[in-house]
Amino acid sequence: MKTLLILGAGTGGTMVANKMVHELDSREWEIIIVDRDETHYYQPGLLFIPFGIYNPRDVEKPKRDFIPLNVNLILSDIELIEPEKNRVQLSKDKQIINYDYLVIATGSHIQPKETEGLLDGGGWRKNIFDFYSPDGAADLARFLKFWKGGRMVVNVSEMPIKCPVAPLEFLFLADWFFHERGIRDQVEIVYATPLDGAFTKPRASEILGGMLEKKNINLEPEFNIGEVDNKKQVIRSWDEREISYDLLVSIPTNMGAEVIGRSGLGDELNFVPVDKHTLQSSAWENIWVIGDAGNAPTSKAGSVAHFMLDVLIDNMLRHMEGLELLAEFDGHANCFIESGFEQGILIDFNYDVEPLPGKYPLPGLGPFSLLKESPSNHWGKMMFRWMYWNILLKGGEMPFESQMTMAGKWQ
Amino acid sequence: MTQDILDTIAFDDEGFMVDASVWTEEIAQAIGEALEVKLSDRHWEVIKYARQEFEAQGEPPTLRRITQQTEVSMKEMYQLFPGGPAKIAANIAGLKKPTGCI
Repeated sequence: MKTLLILGAGTGGTMVANKMVHELDSREWEIIIVDRDETHYYQPGLLFIPFGIYNPRDVEKPKRDFIPLNVNLILSDIELIEPEKNRVQLSKDKQIINYDYLVIATGSHIQPKETEGLLDGGGWRKNIFDFYSPDGAADLARFLKFWKGGRMVVNVSEMPIKCPVAPLEFLFLADWFFHERGIRDQVEIVYATPLDGAFTKPRASEILGGMLEKKNINLEPEFNIGEVDNKKQVIRSWDEREISYDLLVSIPTNMGAEVIGRSGLGDELNFVPVDKHTLQSSAWENIWVIGDAGNAPTSKAGSVAHFMLDVLIDNMLRHMEGLELLAEFDGHANCFIESGFEQGILIDFNYDVEPLPGKYPLPGLGPFSLLKESPSNHWGKMMFRWMYWNILLKGGEMPFESQMTMAGKWQ
Repeated sequence: MTQDILDTIAFDDEGFMVDASVWTEEIAQAIGEALEVKLSDRHWEVIKYARQEFEAQGEPPTLRRITQQTEVSMKEMYQLFPGGPAKIAANIAGLKKPTGCI
């Protein structure tokens, strides 16, 4: 028997398990998937929890429900990956798994300890929160519900982060939420980011920056946080700029799993170097990387993991047959950006093409407006949760192509 | 003098050298002067590391990587290259703009 081992049963790993179970002959192959956590979180939904739009139960389901019965799911931490021995050591029962092919889908996670004073300065979960973790989002919801207002600073510690549009969505929703609560005039909203504008790509940055201005949200660009001074309630940048806060919403440094670093498989942020077009590990030919565990220069988002899926599966199967790999992944990402007041924006881009305005054709549902607010983009986003649980994770057909198309885009 | 050297070099729209292979230490001095960065030994340590990293990886190093792989701390990087340390270091080292952010 040969073994396909998948590390991580999040969006990427679960999709790979569901696809590969149909591709590999079960008389020849055993598929094993390992994860430390029995709960699958619909991560795009975390954004809605602080504002009471979702509650934590709305974004949780058991991982087991999404793993095919003939795939062996092991709940355990991973001690070490030893690529030169083609084996992985688990924490549980000190089990060792030998593999023929390995898929790394261990994701990225916030590491507040990377910023001085963020986690250990006394304010964490009192007036400093994150919304990238289920408990952080829930604690922030409790805080916001009764907050009387003041100066709210949203700060991105360092790029890259998972879902780079999420901080903007948080700002737009906060503006809406404080309006609804009737305290918008009591709240000053500041966005401090290491980027030189609202977003990473020029045209989208201009349009999204204009929206921040319209909503009276102050942008502090090129702010690289060095420390949080909990006593003075200021964040201080490496070049000694200070921004005071009453409420700090932090998007801490994002890093790959610690086991990646421990095993010597990662870069300086524990992301696994990967060929950005074939999705094969740069160092080991029987190791493959899906989603935000890798260092491909595209967004760290579920939509990207989905667009990677077909290329990764094809290439793994081709490799098993001794065929040449296809360099077909183009960095395709698309995201609905929730902009508040039941409006949304859609952006669609890849390694070479930045988000452009226009229309996104989608048979049966679309077209959706690109880089422009519309109610249908909002409903697209809200509907997506159903598609995620019922189609995407199970490896079903989604009405999106893996490669980006220029159809409908204005240049 | 500075301007004479810079006039012979091709730069992209954002002022990064188009061809990293024609870079010399004199060019670095000239770019540094144009950006009002006076190059000390500590600057050179970073610049040489950035060159070496680019040759190995094909990408300029991120700020985090520079501070992990050299003796220069984050704080000092901001003192040496005020404004945007990874970007300015790459610029003086004749490399393309770092693609740290997506």
